[in-house]
Amino acid sequence: MAEIKVLTDECTGCGSCVDACPFGAITLENDVAVIGDKCTFCGACVEVCPVEAIVLKKDEKRVQEDIADYKDVWVFIEHEHGKIASVSFELLGVGRKLADDLGCQLCGMLMGHGVEDFAKEAIAYGAEKVYYIDDPVLEKYRTEPYARGAINLIQKYKPEIVLFGATTQGRDFAGNVATTLYTGLTADCTGLDIDPETKLLRQTRPAFGGNIMATILCPRTRPQMSTVRPKVMPMPERDASRQGEIITESLGMSEDEVRTKVIEFIESEQKVNLTEADIIVSGGRGLGKPENFKLIRELADVLGAAVGASRATVDAGWIPYEHQVGQTGKTVRPKIYIACGISGAIQHLAGMKTSDVIVAINKDPDAPIFKVATYGIVGDLFQVVPALTEEFRKRLGK
Amino acid sequence: MKIVVCIKQVPDTTEVKIDPETKTLVREGVESITNPFDEFAIEEGLLTKEKYGGEVHVITMGPPQAKEVLKNAYAVGADNVYLVSDRAFAGADTWATAYTLSAAIKKIGDYDLIICGKQAIDGDTAQVGPGIATQLNIPQLTYVDKVVEIDPDNKKIKVERLLEDGKEVVEASLPALITVVKDINEPRLPSLFGIKKAAKLDIPTWTADDLPVDKDKLGLKGSPTEVVTVFSPEVRGGGEILEGEVPEVVTKLVDKLMDMKFIQ
Repeated sequence: MAEIKVLTDECTGCGSCVDACPFGAITLENDVAVIGDKCTFCGACVEVCPVEAIVLKKDEKRVQEDIADYKDVWVFIEHEHGKIASVSFELLGVGRKLADDLGCQLCGMLMGHGVEDFAKEAIAYGAEKVYYIDDPVLEKYRTEPYARGAINLIQKYKPEIVLFGATTQGRDFAGNVATTLYTGLTADCTGLDIDPETKLLRQTRPAFGGNIMATILCPRTRPQMSTVRPKVMPMPERDASRQGEIITESLGMSEDEVRTKVIEFIESEQKVNLTEADIIVSGGRGLGKPENFKLIRELADVLGAAVGASRATVDAGWIPYEHQVGQTGKTVRPKIYIACGISGAIQHLAGMKTSDVIVAINKDPDAPIFKVATYGIVGDLFQVVPALTEEFRKRLGK
Repeated sequence: MKIVVCIKQVPDTTEVKIDPETKTLVREGVESITNPFDEFAIEEGLLTKEKYGGEVHVITMGPPQAKEVLKNAYAVGADNVYLVSDRAFAGADTWATAYTLSAAIKKIGDYDLIICGKQAIDGDTAQVGPGIATQLNIPQLTYVDKVVEIDPDNKKIKVERLLEDGKEVVEASLPALITVVKDINEPRLPSLFGIKKAAKLDIPTWTADDLPVDKDKLGLKGSPTEVVTVFSPEVRGGGEILEGEVPEVVTKLVDKLMDMKFIQ
């Protein structure tokens, strides 16, 4: 176990460590720092102590023996209901850069039944090889057979890095794969790069509701795995003339071994899904009553946008939970986010403040939403929103 | 039905900020709460017990202060609560956390259903639930917004999962682990009697020595990942307030958005 102690003779009681501790674990007692049970051995206090009075002893960690055998960057090619998730293409884009920085190949990892076309798509977006398992058991996504397939491929071909979309599917199954392989998995990354000296994958992600960013490494085990938030990485160019190799493998798992069964899929009435939407029009309490979501839907229809909602409207039963944006709903990052009658509680902002352009329409000029809005309109949404819908309809010839 | 609910004490993250000058987290006045998604997990445990009979066990891993969230769980009706706490668990990433919690669940034993919140609001990883299911080698059903039915005799559970583009009805064998989203129920409030009862409760604490674990896989030592830097995100400033009568501001806004050459 790691140990941390304060050299009481050296400590001057300056309190620098108290302020630096991200976990509020340090207090001053009789002008000496005392480290309590909340300490996670992060070492932030050691770095700030001006008199080197805090000593942290970390244990030697397990180092995987065959670490040097691992090479290449892999991207999980996610698909559901006959369509590749666009985050997979975004990952091929960032994966290309990582592979170039490491001087290795970029490969796709694909599972399914009769989806060889998707392997060709991955090649068109930059993969040099695609590892593909085709099996009827994999027809519909389920955790167990997909995890089994991924684990078999990873153990056989030893990729250095594996990237997944931070989608429902990616997050469901990457955690399973990393647990079995006993390697690190960093969730919901928004930045990935290679450290030029150590060649390690630097994985940057928001934490504490986006209030802080953390950079995370997985130094001693392989592969280094991340799930990556959709719409953060730019979409690469598709080039159908690209050539690549498709390597097929078998699953080695029969239907009897799978303990789950998909009974049915009920498609959402929502035409555009929130996490993949380029434009989102969201409504809040300012709409006054559930029927007024009609105004939001009309604007969304003209723009081909998804409909979002604040927590207040969902809790009031005005609109289903699947539309909720924010801390206890979805985190979205569209190119344009139009907030109508949303005051901008911090929980809502946590779910949308990284959108490229934010438009706020609210009658209260002091509403916090205006603090993050690229363009703000202080006014009555019942006048502004229909006028916007009409103007877009005219310009777009719809 | 023996139900185990895993919960986490988290800082109310809406109040956590970084001091722009010192670049450190400002924690003053930040309250500790039960992770909001875990409130739904506890409620689902209680509802399941009420419908199918059985008992609800609630566990949390954390420092001694985390007892508070267990008291809340007990006050609303959990039958047993346990604190999993040891300095050896400190600094655990999601791998080591799932490993430790799964050992505590093995100690409780004979479980039929494990319920976790979809994710915790401080780390937002959604990885610990799947990690526990993998460690215990049981099926996992994540993002559950409705338990359709449980058949305790034939050891089956049928749920609805909330996906990006719709809902999926899935069946699994028990024991299984589910992670739940907010929409699944409405958590109850504790009764005055419950609060009084919880205040007197002596909460059992399990340390590393009490659990079937390999100590090299615990806490900081057992964690494959390492946090190397923590920094403040770029602060997004307010932009331009468009002024004028409605037709005028609408024209201005549409001009600006159409200039992005993106709307079709």
